[in-house]
Amino acid sequence: MTGNRTVVRDADVEGLLRDLAPQVLGALVRRFGTFDTAEDAVQEALLAAAVQWPADGIPDNPRGWLLTVASRRLTDQLRSDVARHRRESAAAALLPPEALVVPAPAETDEGAAESDDTLTLLFLCCHPALSPSSQLALTLRAVGGLTTEQIARAFLVPDATIGQRISRAKQTIRAAGGRFERPPETEWAGRLEVVLQVLYLIFNEGYTATSGPDLQRPDLTAEAIRLARDVHRMLPDDPEVTGLLALMLLTDARRPARTRPDGSLVPLDCQDRSRWSRPMIHEGTALITAALARGPAGPYQLQAAIAAIHDEAPRAEDTDWAQILVLYETLEVVAPNPMVTLNRAVAVAMVRGPEAGLELLAALEVDPRMAGHHRLHAVRAHLLERAGDTEAAAAAYRTAARRTTSLPERRYLETRAARLEG
Amino acid sequence: MKYVILIYSNPRTWETLPEAERARVLGIHDRLLGEMRESGELIRVDGLTDPTTTKTIRSRDGLPVVTDGPFGEAKEQLAGVWAIDVDSLERAIEIASPITDYDVVEIRGLMDLSGYEM
Repeated sequence: MTGNRTVVRDADVEGLLRDLAPQVLGALVRRFGTFDTAEDAVQEALLAAAVQWPADGIPDNPRGWLLTVASRRLTDQLRSDVARHRRESAAAALLPPEALVVPAPAETDEGAAESDDTLTLLFLCCHPALSPSSQLALTLRAVGGLTTEQIARAFLVPDATIGQRISRAKQTIRAAGGRFERPPETEWAGRLEVVLQVLYLIFNEGYTATSGPDLQRPDLTAEAIRLARDVHRMLPDDPEVTGLLALMLLTDARRPARTRPDGSLVPLDCQDRSRWSRPMIHEGTALITAALARGPAGPYQLQAAIAAIHDEAPRAEDTDWAQILVLYETLEVVAPNPMVTLNRAVAVAMVRGPEAGLELLAALEVDPRMAGHHRLHAVRAHLLERAGDTEAAAAAYRTAARRTTSLPERRYLETRAARLEG
Repeated sequence: MKYVILIYSNPRTWETLPEAERARVLGIHDRLLGEMRESGELIRVDGLTDPTTTKTIRSRDGLPVVTDGPFGEAKEQLAGVWAIDVDSLERAIEIASPITDYDVVEIRGLMDLSGYEM
């Protein structure tokens, strides 16, 4: 375990640890069979590496180093569990101590299983018995290799809150009988859907942050894209996986233009399109084009296709709204949901005029899932403004501003209202 | 979603409660806080000093003027603040409901710095 003494940057170490985390955890779980304690041991090994490697250099076999350190922690843990068990139960004393002492890990095996392990871990961390916030925290730690502290910073809560959320999540998985194995064929589609949902939530958590490049906060957008790339590599033929990766790339491409330096939001039609990331748009467009060629499109593919149309328009007024409308109509059939209807109303207004859009909104106002939602009022305000009903538009902007829980959105909506009232 | 649970209490009511009843109510608080700590929903919890120790600051003729005692005449005064991070408003209501035997509780959402461009 001799380390080469070249100077390494913290960022290099961190990137390496993130990549290795799920591989080491997968190897450990397959060897010891206990996900929750193995996950703690890997976290401790990662923390040890984060301290030692920048100082001593990256070891020649970083994966082997982590595996050895994590195995040792886990063995210690299992030994002390046995000791406790012995004190508590006479029957356990019959177990020979060697039964729980684990051989040192071989350094060369399991290479082929690595990527499989990452996917299996994702399925476990996105177990349907968990709440979304627990799925997010556990996925970021066990698969993403983030520390508890980094996750806590990302969600702006204390470390202890995230630590507890993760240990509770692991208990819940155990109680629900969750195992480190691929879901059976009959559950596959539903379970994969949850995994994709969790990755998209992680993405949005990062994408919607407006506080600018905060070095203290991990970039969850990049993390979600990295995990989506992993899943895409493992399931290259799944069109929805491709669709989700494309959607993330095509959305994130606009990030440099979506906020001003002071954190205020820039609406899509006012964004400086020269600041959009061309490479991401190209990659996303290529992915979605390939996925759509495979047959009937699922919700992520449709949303990616819509994002691609926005991204391809050189100016806002060049946007092909007619095509966007067709895609929203399809999306509403494939995955009906009031938010989709709301977006369809915007597309209808762009194609057939604001009155047609407002008519569609009237139907949403009686939907208990949407009534009172700030986005509904914000869209109505925009459409009323386009229709020339300034007074009603200003009132709707004010209502939306009072209902949102986002400070940047409130500021944007108040500015729109004030402009109409002035 | 992050919320604060604002607990408003009348100090006089609280003072007249028998010891055992006070202990019962505080036991409910402890149980709820313990559950939320365990589940990873609690952000922080604070109790406030007696309302008589309040300083209220107002601007008069452009200058800050400090007076003793709380703003407003309400009998119920803010006595404690719990900051929580939960999956839904329903869950926040469920958490706060058992502590309303003598106190009035308000649930307020915390504004978020994230937002969607519209």
